[in-house]
Amino acid sequence: MSAGTLAQIRALARRSMLQTLRQPFQLFPIIFFPAILLAVNASGLKAATRLPGFPTHSYVSFAIAVAFIQGGMFAMVNTGTNLAQDIESGFFNRLALTPLRRTSLLGGILVGVAALGVLEALVYLLLGLVAGAELKAGVGGALVVLALGSVTGIAFGALGCFAALRTGSGEAVQGLFPLFFVFIFLSSSNLPRNLLRTGWFHTVATWNPISYLVEGFRSLFIYGWDGTALWRGFAAATVLAAISLTAAVAALRTRLQRT
Amino acid sequence: MTTSRATRGGVWRVALTIAWRGMHTYVRRPDLFVPSLVFPLVFLAGFAGGLSALGSIPGFRFPSGYTAFQFVFILCQSAMFAGLFTGFTLAFDFEGGFARRLMIAAEDRRGIALGYALVALTRAAITLVLVTGVALATGMRITGDGVDLFGLYGLAALLVLVGYGWAAGVAFRFRSIQAGPLMQTPVFLLLFLAPVYVPLSLLKGWIHSVASVNPATAFLDAGRGLISGAHDHTLLAFACALGLVLLFGIWVLSGLRRAESSA
Repeated sequence: MSAGTLAQIRALARRSMLQTLRQPFQLFPIIFFPAILLAVNASGLKAATRLPGFPTHSYVSFAIAVAFIQGGMFAMVNTGTNLAQDIESGFFNRLALTPLRRTSLLGGILVGVAALGVLEALVYLLLGLVAGAELKAGVGGALVVLALGSVTGIAFGALGCFAALRTGSGEAVQGLFPLFFVFIFLSSSNLPRNLLRTGWFHTVATWNPISYLVEGFRSLFIYGWDGTALWRGFAAATVLAAISLTAAVAALRTRLQRT
Repeated sequence: MTTSRATRGGVWRVALTIAWRGMHTYVRRPDLFVPSLVFPLVFLAGFAGGLSALGSIPGFRFPSGYTAFQFVFILCQSAMFAGLFTGFTLAFDFEGGFARRLMIAAEDRRGIALGYALVALTRAAITLVLVTGVALATGMRITGDGVDLFGLYGLAALLVLVGYGWAAGVAFRFRSIQAGPLMQTPVFLLLFLAPVYVPLSLLKGWIHSVASVNPATAFLDAGRGLISGAHDHTLLAFACALGLVLLFGIWVLSGLRRAESSA
């Protein structure tokens, strides 16, 4: 990769991060919603730990994993909305007229999203620990949480880019959020898979890659080092990132042709 | 008398025109229409299907079963969110400049607030019919009678107006979708700081204290009482809902005045 391309990626990554960090309206849901959902679910679903077969007595330790995925979803919406705003305002068209490389444009945005993903993961980790979650895997586990958070950020950020490039509308990107949220709800986010008693739900959760992502994060908190859960978590994040990146690159190509 | 009648006619003319335009836009845009229907269904599937094991926790008793227990939450949430999303539409209309032009053209601007309220109620009706249909199709049991169900959907209609009133008041004041989180967050908190997953008696700690004074607890208790036929806090819930509708009615009209003065 040439120095020029790297400089372009650096500039766009910086812009991508600042776009989120400088707007309290964007930053607020990223931090606030997962934190409040964790607080509410950890208290409201504490009774679930009384179910035979529940893997821990601390629902906070069980539920903290979901915050990382929710953070990724908010990153997706923010990244997509920001890119859609650039398209709507004409900034994207002006950018397309410059010698900027296609890889730099997406790369820059996604490097920014990955960096934000690490920051978010750090915030959720600290919030969880303050709320009483126990990280059985220790300091090494915390680093793995940050790494998985970063890959998750890239995967969801690329999905946001794809939606923005396809629709070119911030309103449409925001409207897609509930559709992506479906995957969290239809996963093992609130109860372990062995306690999902509704047959069809158990099947959907087993096929849903988000279950493996959640279980990857979760294993570090409640079991320590669980190789199977971890490789499945990283595999789910990597495959999701690969698919969404491919879709985003194709959408960018189409958008640039139209431009 | 004649002037008053003309004004009243003007309010309704504006309101019905906006309601028609709002619904026309809504049904013709799948990016708005589909998520508003999918979201409650996902919640229903996620909560009623995914958490059904909670129905066997010691101390959990609900005659109509866990699906009906969660259905009431989804009903209240869908109702309030239909109102909320209509507030989003109003904010988008301000950002796009349409609402400002509407302020100039409307013969009575209160009709604008009323028109979007009609949009909210119609959107909610579509969503609630679908959610109820899906819940019944997946085996939800209703042990309350017809009058109870009428009460349940009446309560839902009031909650649509509560959600809309709050969001529209914010939209009139900020006139930008940037205020979206401000519209969404209090409603979200109100709903989730209530006994969502298990009855109040099974909640422990701070959430029990908060839920005990949260009006949404009365809405959920009343709704669950109505669907099961074992009434619980019904009068309190209706009194709270009517009080909030009145309060947010004032909030909307004062917001409208603020928007008028800045237009």
